[in-house]
Parts: sequence; C-alpha cells; structure tokens
Amino acid sequence: MKNPLTLPGLGILKGMAVTARNLVGSYYGTKRLHTISYPEERLALPENSRNFPFLVYDGEDADGGLRCTACRICEKECPPQVITIVPERDENGKLTKHPTVFDIDLNACMSCQICVEVCPFESIKMDSAFEYSSFEHVESLVLHKSDLAKPNSYYHDIKPTEATAVDANLEAERQRKAEAAAKKEAALQAKKAAAAAKSAAADAEKTPPTPDTDASD
Amino acid sequence: MLPTETQPQTQRIRPALNFAARRPWCTLALLIAAALVVGTGVLFLLNLKAPGLLTAALMDALSDPGQAPVLLKQGLLNYLENGWSFAPWMLELTSIFMVIGTLLAVFGVIFALTSLVERKVLARIQNRFGPNRVGPWGLFQPLADAVKMLIKEDIVPTGADKVLHLLAPIIMLVPALLVLAILPYGPGMAPIELGVGILFFFALGATTEVGVFMAGWGSNNKYSLIGAMRSIAQMISYEIPLFLAALSVVMLSGSLSPDAIVSAQSGYAFSFVPHWFVFTPWGFAGFVLFFTAALAESNRSPFDLPEGESELVAGHMTEYSGFKYAVFFMAEYIGLLGICGFAVALFLGGWHAPLPWLEWIPGYLWFFIKLYSLVLLAIWVRGTVPRMRGDHLMGFAWKFMIPMGFAIILAAAVWHYAGGGVLGWVASAVIVLMPYLALGRVVSIQYPASRRVYRFSES
Amino acid sequence: MNPPVSDWPTRSADLSDDGILEISMGPQHPSTHGVFRMNVKLDGETVVWLKPVFGYLHRNHEKLAEKMSYLGSMPYTDRLDYFSSLSNNWAYALSVEKLTGIEVPERAEYLRVLLAELTRLQNHSAFLGFLLGDMGAWGSALMYAFRERDLILDLFESLTGSRMMCNYMRFGGCRCDLPEGWLGQARKVVDGFPAFLDEMEQLLVGNEILVARTQGVGVLAGADAINAGLTGPMLRASGVDYDIRKVDHYGIYDRFDFRVPLGEHGDTYDRFMIRLLEMRESLKILDAVLRDLPEGPILDPKSKSRGLRPPVGEAYTRVEAPKGELGFYLISDKSPEPYRYRVRPPSLINLTLLEDMCLGSKIADVMVILGSIDIVLGEVDR
Repeated sequence: MKNPLTLPGLGILKGMAVTARNLVGSYYGTKRLHTISYPEERLALPENSRNFPFLVYDGEDADGGLRCTACRICEKECPPQVITIVPERDENGKLTKHPTVFDIDLNACMSCQICVEVCPFESIKMDSAFEYSSFEHVESLVLHKSDLAKPNSYYHDIKPTEATAVDANLEAERQRKAEAAAKKEAALQAKKAAAAAKSAAADAEKTPPTPDTDASD
Repeated sequence: MLPTETQPQTQRIRPALNFAARRPWCTLALLIAAALVVGTGVLFLLNLKAPGLLTAALMDALSDPGQAPVLLKQGLLNYLENGWSFAPWMLELTSIFMVIGTLLAVFGVIFALTSLVERKVLARIQNRFGPNRVGPWGLFQPLADAVKMLIKEDIVPTGADKVLHLLAPIIMLVPALLVLAILPYGPGMAPIELGVGILFFFALGATTEVGVFMAGWGSNNKYSLIGAMRSIAQMISYEIPLFLAALSVVMLSGSLSPDAIVSAQSGYAFSFVPHWFVFTPWGFAGFVLFFTAALAESNRSPFDLPEGESELVAGHMTEYSGFKYAVFFMAEYIGLLGICGFAVALFLGGWHAPLPWLEWIPGYLWFFIKLYSLVLLAIWVRGTVPRMRGDHLMGFAWKFMIPMGFAIILAAAVWHYAGGGVLGWVASAVIVLMPYLALGRVVSIQYPASRRVYRFSES
Repeated sequence: MNPPVSDWPTRSADLSDDGILEISMGPQHPSTHGVFRMNVKLDGETVVWLKPVFGYLHRNHEKLAEKMSYLGSMPYTDRLDYFSSLSNNWAYALSVEKLTGIEVPERAEYLRVLLAELTRLQNHSAFLGFLLGDMGAWGSALMYAFRERDLILDLFESLTGSRMMCNYMRFGGCRCDLPEGWLGQARKVVDGFPAFLDEMEQLLVGNEILVARTQGVGVLAGADAINAGLTGPMLRASGVDYDIRKVDHYGIYDRFDFRVPLGEHGDTYDRFMIRLLEMRESLKILDAVLRDLPEGPILDPKSKSRGLRPPVGEAYTRVEAPKGELGFYLISDKSPEPYRYRVRPPSLINLTLLEDMCLGSKIADVMVILGSIDIVLGEVDR
C-alpha cells in the first residue's frame, strides 16, 4: 500500500490531545471521573439487583409469619445445593407446613436466583445487600432461618415494584381461594339442604297416613 | 484467624496515626504550626548570640528577591562569623554544607512531590482519583511510601555478588545527584560554575549505566541480566542523539558551561519574544530530540522496556527490595529532574523569564517552573503511549534520531552564518523538515506501516 | 498420563541446548487474561517453540451439567465466557429449544438480539483496553473502555439483576420484562457510544507506536485459519467472510441491515481494527432494535422451567459470540438431566494456532498476539 506523506509523530500528538481532554474533563462533572468514594459515598443499587436470598414473613412474627411451607423445591432445584431445609413435624409425626431449619450457605451461593423462580409460594426472594465480609466462613456466612427472615416491609423497601406485584398476586390468590372455598361451602350447603329435603320427603313417603278414628263417635 | 496482637511500638503510635488518618487537614495545620513555633523559638535563641545580624540577613534577602538565596547565605555566614566566631576554613565548610543541604532538601521535596503528582496526574488522565486517602489530596502518600520501603526486608539472593548488589543502587544515585550541582538555578546561582559542565553531565550519564549493569550482573538472575543488557543498550544508543542536540547549542553559544549557554539566551526580539533556543527551527527540533532522548535515558514510557511489567521480566531491579529499591526509584526520578534541568538550561532559557513584564518573578522560580512543566510533559506522554518494542527502540535511535541530530547541527550552523535574516530562518527550517519527513518514511518502510482501508462482505 | 513438557515433539529437530533459553510465562502473569501458561523457548529474543499450558480454571462444567437439570445449568453457562454471559445463555437456550421444539415470541427475539449486541459492544471495549494494557500503555485506554463498558453493565444490572452473571435467557424466551425507564437509558447509552469510539480511534488508530507493534505481527493466512477451525473476528481479520449471524440466520438477524468487516493481512492490527468496526455495525443493529421493539409476551406459555424432559434426540446450535462460534451440543434421553452436554469453546479453538503465529517473532510480540486472540480462560478450561 502506498504510504501517504504523513508527519511522523502526529498520531501520538493526537492521542495526547485525547488524554489532555480527559485530564481536564476529570475536573468538571462526573462523566470523566465517576469514582464513588466507597464507603463514604454509596451508589443506589437498581431495583432488580440481586445478591443473596432471604425469606419473607408477613406480619410481626418472624417465625410464624414465614410464607415458606418447607416444600423443599428450592433445595432440589438449587444448582450448587446450598439450601438445607428440615421441615417441622408435630407430635404425631405429621408434616406441618413450616421449616424448623432453613440454612443457606453463602460461601457457595452463586446468586443465580433459581430458588426464587421455582418457589410456588413467593416466600424466598433476592436481597441486594452485599456487605457480608467476615473473618471466618462458617459462623458468619452460613445463614440460618432467623438471619434470613425479613419482613414484607423490607421487601417493599428494596424492591417496590416487585413487592407490589407479589402482594397483588398473593391477594388475588387468596381471593381465588376464598371464592373457591365459598363456592365449595355453598355447594356443600346446597347438597346438605338437598339431602335433608330428600330425606324429609322420603320420610314423609315412608310413614303411612294416620287413620281418622275420631270421626265415627 | 489472623493474629490481632501488634508490636508494642505500633500500639504506641497507633492513636497518632489514627488521628492523622481521620483528620488530615487538622494534622497538616498542627504540623505547620508546630514547625513555625519551634522555628521561631530556635531563631530567637540564635539571635541572642549576635543580635540584629539574622534580621539583617533576612532584610537583605527580601530587598532583592532575585538573588535571595545567595544573599541569605551570605548573611548567615556573616552571622556565624560574628556571633559564633567561625574561622575562615569553618566558614568555607559551612558554606559548602549549606549549599549541599539546600539542594538535597529542595530536590528531596520535589522528588517526593513528583512521585505523588505523577500518580495523581496519571490517575486523572485515566478518569480516576489518585491516592487521596493518606492526607488531604494524598499529600502524606510519599511519607507512607518511604516508611513502607524502609521497613521492608532487604533480601539479597543467595549466590549474588554482595558487593555489586550493594553498590549498584549507590552508583546509580550519586551521579544523578552530582548533576544537580552544575545546573544554573539563577543568575550566579549555580552551585559550581563549571567551565566544562556539558562534558561533566554526559560523563555522569555514562556512569549511571555502569550501575545498571552491576545491578543486573550482581543479582545472579538470568532475567535481570537480560533486562540489564537491554537497558544498557537502550541508554547507550540514546546518549548519542542527546549529545548531538546539545552539541548544536554548544556550537552556537561557544561554551560548554551551562551558565554561558543560559546567558546567551538573554534578551528579547520584538521586545516580547525571548531569545531562547527553542524558538528557532533547529532549536525546536533539538529540544524535541533532547526531550525524547531524555525520556529514554530515564527509562520512562514509551521507552520503559527494562521495567516492563507486562513483558518478560522486571528488569535489573527484580532482585531489589526495601531501601535499595527506594534508592533506585530515587535515582530514576532525580536523574529525570537533572536531565530536564539541563533541557531547561540548554533550550528553554534557564532562569530567564518568558516575557519582559514577568521579570519580577525571581529567576530560580522560573527555572523550577520550567523544570516542572517538562516533568508534567513526561507524565503526560507516559499516560498516552504504549511501550515500544526493543528493536523498534533501537531502530528509532539509530536510524531516525542520529541523522536528525546531524541535520540539526547543520541547520544551526546555517542559521548562525546567515546572520539572523529571514532567509537564514527559512533555510534552517527546511534543513530540519526534509530529513524529518524523509526519515519518517524510511523508518516506516522497515515495518511496512500502511493506512489501511477495510472492505466489507458483499452479503 | 501426559508426557512431561520436555518430551513434547518440537517443531525443529535441531534445537541445540546452548543459546536456547526456556522460560515459562505464567500462570501468574499480569497479561495472560486469566491463569494461562506458555512454555516458550527463545533464541535470543526470537521464539522458536511455544506450548500453551492451560487447565488451571477447569471447573467440570460439562460433567456437572450431566447431574443437574437443564434449568440448573443455565447459571453455569454464564461463567463460561464470563465477559459475555448473555451470549452463552442464548446459545444454550437455543440448543434446548431445538431439542424440545419450543417457539420463542417476537418480543423475546428482539430482546435477545438487543442484549447480545450490547454484550458484543462491552466485550470488544474490554478487548481494546486489555490489548493496550498488554502493550504497556499504563491503563489509559483500559480506563476509558471500562468507563463505557460500565454503562452497559449498569443496563444489565437493572434488567437481569447482575452485571456479569446474568442468567437471563430461558427456554422459550427471556426471564423477565424490561423495567420502567430501561429503554430510555439504553437509548442514551447507544447514542453516546459513537463518541467514545471516535475518541478511541483518535487515541489509538494513528498512534505510530501501536502501528509499529501490531502491523505485520502474528500474521495468519486465511487458509490456515479455516483449516484449524478458527472463527469469529480472528477468521474475518484473515479475510474469510464467515459470520454465523449471516450464515445461520439464527434469531431475527436477517431483519437487520449490518455489514461484516473483513481484514486483509491477518495481523494483530487487523484483528484490532475489525473489532472496532464490528462495534460500529453493532450500533446499527441496536438502533434498529430499539426503534422496532414490539410489545407482547416474553416467554412461550408452553415452556416449562422445572422438570423439563426434552424428547430423545440431539441438537447442536451455535451463535456468533463476541469471541467466535460458541456451540452447544446436547444429547437428551428423556431424563431431567442431559445425557451429554458439550460446549464448543471458541477461545480454545482459536488458541490452537498460537504457536504458528508466534514462531519467529520476538518475545514482546507473544503477549500482543495472545491479547489479539482475545481469550477468556473460563471458556478455554470450562
């Protein structure tokens, strides 16, 4: 290729103009100096940001209000298998819909969010807190049920859009269930009433009419 | 679990360090106030020995700011003679130590400041803050670096030649410091007014290279050796363009003494354009050549192949840690300051002011302003360009810079013998431009650089 | 058991021992893009033999996938080429969709193209920065590139929740829809990108030192590239017109008007410039997508995430990942886990010609050539 007559060194001078522009521009505005002096300043994380899971509870009771029913789907689907669940059994050995042990090992959790996706009860959600550093990794980085349980208000704080949608879903679910239960109840009542009417009619048919003896005197 | 017990000494000074870290401005103010109080007290006590002489010295210095350091020194010697009855030989000795001490103090502070300024300016070029945690604007960072270097373990590899290993950093530092003694800081303020100053400067530059080789050989490490050999090859090759650029200046000012060269650049043309050599066509080319060769001599980007981190080795300084590494670091920076000082003296008019109405600023301040602008230029170049490869570096020196050096000497001669007319200026410019363009093509034909046009696929 | 390094067959049979220096570059090295080692024999400064040693980042990805459900492998595909996680996700999702026959709705297809091209932009920006860092430019270009790349990563975070490990594609579409204001932010990023490219071009393209260090270095002929199975920008820089987006027409790429830049000399400078030009073409695609994005569902209603059991069969699909042709080969035997799961890593296959490219060049060039191949060890080692 023919080499056109250029000034050697001109490319470097143009490059130096770019760096000079960046040097001067770093004093004006944040486009060319966007360092955030952590920990004095902190960036607001976007709403969807995910880090480690947490359990949602409704109301005031951090244990009884947990939405989790210990169905263990998240334990099964978790790719690095960091969730450990032991469901609670009552005196007869029957499964109550409540976990006694719910551990997540943060050392291996990869924040993939699959546990959130597969949970049918909207009980486990992703938190965006990330300041978990500690000096050892068993006591502080394996989170137990009490560490994981956070109220629904906290969920609304960190993810308002999602939390509102989840609440609407749960409400719609409750309505649906209530309607279904009411319908079932009504059907049951109707069946009972029909059965009662039928049995009354059957009773009426079964007993013969009483003879009219008082009329001959 | 990491041990939490610290050494007793650290525990004693830890509260102070914590305070300095949390309240940097307070600490700075406290330090300055303490220095002022102690200084005033000392001066007051000293004044009692020969009352009035110290204030007389100060008044003398303030009356003529352009010669302030010299007058201050003379006043102090006067005080010592009268107040403390120093003998003449003691006065001589004191005078020498005063000069040495001032030089070391000034350049020590400038070196510390430069190491910080370099990091901050490079950082700003790269869209980030530099060090800003240790003190306001990171001002205590050089102190932190110094403490770190001093408390590191001094590792000498087994099988290394201990004498060479120890002497190498010293042999690199001492010539760099010696260069500082012949620079003309102001009118009549060169510590040693050497008649063969330029020769002395180049001799010291060559001595530095011996130190590099000692470091490489004495480390008993084949990578250090390779790095050292490459470094020496680079430094020797770039001595010649340095010398040729200086030669043109020497030719025109007729003397090897930096003071005479600076005096030859006094005065103004058209009463506002100074007579500095950099404003002539050959001088401009000479300055660019000198500055580029100076970057190569100090192993700075784009010529920092010996220190290339992403290259093969860390160079001749691989096996050094702790204080010896700090000495290498210091030698490199003070070498850069010395060479830039020479560039200022040879091409930028030394201590002369650039405009007649700015002459009220003392000459030594102008010298340091110009010196620091060159250092900032070096930092700017470092932040922009990638590193040159070894053979490119050598090719550039031998095939481009040395012929340009000869062209510059010719251009200087033509300019001088034309007697200052426009024809002389034009001819000189042409003599410099033609080889520049021609050699640019020659060098790029070696590595067939082409401006490429890219085609796109048809589909 | 692998034979020791010194027994490997050498290129030239008459390597004498005096004057030949054998060094090992890596695995801890500032410029090897990960834990990667090269055993190099040098004659002076010239390379006479080079063998790459990798496997330091092997994480059993393919074997793990045989034990996990199809959905469970998706987050692991993020970690293959950890710079372009969304392209990896797309390739895997395509493969499972081919096995199961799930269709993808319109909006999801547009979103996939949008995110894949954004991924290409940020990957090539990072490449520019790393190449200049390898050459010793002290990080200026790196910081500028990462400044722009961070804007794109912010977009990813506000959509998928994570900057790099996105885990976003699902079998039959995408996981979640765009939040409010995302399109405006994406439009701003795409509009501001040409200015950044102009600035990088001014800084880099005419720079004499860069030109001298990259032109004529690591020359690769087109025929050699085809024979070794190279793909991606490396192949196109050697002049071969092969871009999977144009060849396979996967996704909806045939609706967009973009060109494929081709190099001529096949050296490092060409690879560098090809990626710059590719970034400009991606911007064209992004403009069109942001303009034409339709409304609608983003996940096929028939798709299942849990308990997916694809019918018996095998599928190989590939995408034009920023590094080359990323392929997934799946064999299913109707169980919830795949029978065989194989990733075709572009970085590994592009690395096979490293020795050929480096023979005869100087040791300083080896780093530049390695940088121009643009490898990521997560992909090479899986």
